[in-house]
Amino acid sequence: MSEHVRQKVVGIVAEQAVLQPSDIRMDQSLEDLGIDSMALVEAIFSIEEAFDIQVPFNANEPDKSEFDISSVGAIVAAVERLVAEQSG
Amino acid sequence: MRRVVITGAGTINPLGHSVSETFEAFREGRCGIGELDIRDVDRLSIRIGGQVKGYDPETRFNRQQLALYDRFTQFTLIAGEEAIRQSGLEFSGHLAAEAGVVLGTSGGGLNTQDENYRVVYEEGKNRVHPFVVPKLMNNAAASHLSMTFNLKGPSFTVATACASSNHAMGQAFWLIRGGAATVMITGGSESMLCFGGVKAWEGLRVMSKDACRPFSANRNGMVQGEGAGVFVFEEYEHAKARGATILAEVVGFSMTSDAEDIVMPSTQGAARAIQGALKDAGIPAEKVGYINAHGTGTAANDKTECAAVARVFGHHADRVMISSTKSMHGHLIGGTGAVELLACIMALKDGVIAPTIGYEEPDPECALDVVPNVARDAKVDYVLSNAFAFGGSNAVIALKRA
Repeated sequence: MSEHVRQKVVGIVAEQAVLQPSDIRMDQSLEDLGIDSMALVEAIFSIEEAFDIQVPFNANEPDKSEFDISSVGAIVAAVERLVAEQSG
Repeated sequence: MRRVVITGAGTINPLGHSVSETFEAFREGRCGIGELDIRDVDRLSIRIGGQVKGYDPETRFNRQQLALYDRFTQFTLIAGEEAIRQSGLEFSGHLAAEAGVVLGTSGGGLNTQDENYRVVYEEGKNRVHPFVVPKLMNNAAASHLSMTFNLKGPSFTVATACASSNHAMGQAFWLIRGGAATVMITGGSESMLCFGGVKAWEGLRVMSKDACRPFSANRNGMVQGEGAGVFVFEEYEHAKARGATILAEVVGFSMTSDAEDIVMPSTQGAARAIQGALKDAGIPAEKVGYINAHGTGTAANDKTECAAVARVFGHHADRVMISSTKSMHGHLIGGTGAVELLACIMALKDGVIAPTIGYEEPDPECALDVVPNVARDAKVDYVLSNAFAFGGSNAVIALKRA
């Protein structure tokens, strides 16, 4: 499960960053990857579609959202939690 | 140069069904935002908005009219009737030929589109009402105003998202000032509070789930509203000759483009528009007593707008009052500048500054006098109304006390 989530999230992030998935590291921030606010909103939409989940995220207060976007690894962990919470 | 004055105003919006009801709500700092009452609201994650309440279309229009009037057209005709009645004008002969209408809207007949897409896609029907096209088109409201009141000059519609109304009123100002018209009916209307309209906005993730709190540090997004504001702009000598009551004078207008980003606002674009309106009006910034802000309650707009005002006004930025009435009526998108011009007229005419309600925590990035929560008595001679739209379109209007 975890590897599957990681691969899909990395694929989505890589697409927005216009990089190869192999270039994405778990400790990188979205800023490191050159992902701006528009690309972030698109990435979240892709994540919702890919995992059939609702991601709580308000672009006006990204730091206050329950969804941790501080690094690629944090996003993977947050998606895993949402998938577990919202499955079934 | 020909001068342009406002001799009539009308509105229907979440705060009231007339200008006097709206002024009363502005004075009291009343909030018109509440739970949305629309079809399929349970499938939305954003469930609040500034809806026009207590309105039954069938008491205002007959069945034949309603077959042709989308909600945004209904709002326009109601507001237009109030404005023209106040002006005392009747359009016939030469005056009809020299009178026109220019309105702003962003979504036009969005309710009509939403309802009819449902019919063909969701319900699988293969037939729609014959008047879908003339009902949904963006210029329907302008054309129905022209037909209803016999306005035979220029009649057209401007669509620049959240700047539509200000752009429209700017065109009306220019047409009269430049000699192409004697009277222009102008303003804007919007009715996007339907399932598809709100769903599309949800996608951007800039909407608040609880309230619109412009300039407050804990603001968390915009809230949509609906309604219309319509005004009679008239050439000054014409108005004076017939002894019309003048509500305010339109003295300056400026439009600029950021040329940067499709959604993120820019300080330079906004500042150039504010500066341009002052220059067009021929006044220094120090003369401006009040600014009706664009003030959407998003993180991005409010700090950018405050930076633009600070840049143009310098030291005077600490003395000018700036408030966002969107906190009360929500963001009327293409109609917003028109309803907000009412707050400007109230400031000039009645000496009452509408507040920014819902203001809870100071934000160092919005350190201006935002007239928090309570209306204020103040005599002002000049006011500005800001609109900064998606697409990087900026439009600022300057008004002077009559």
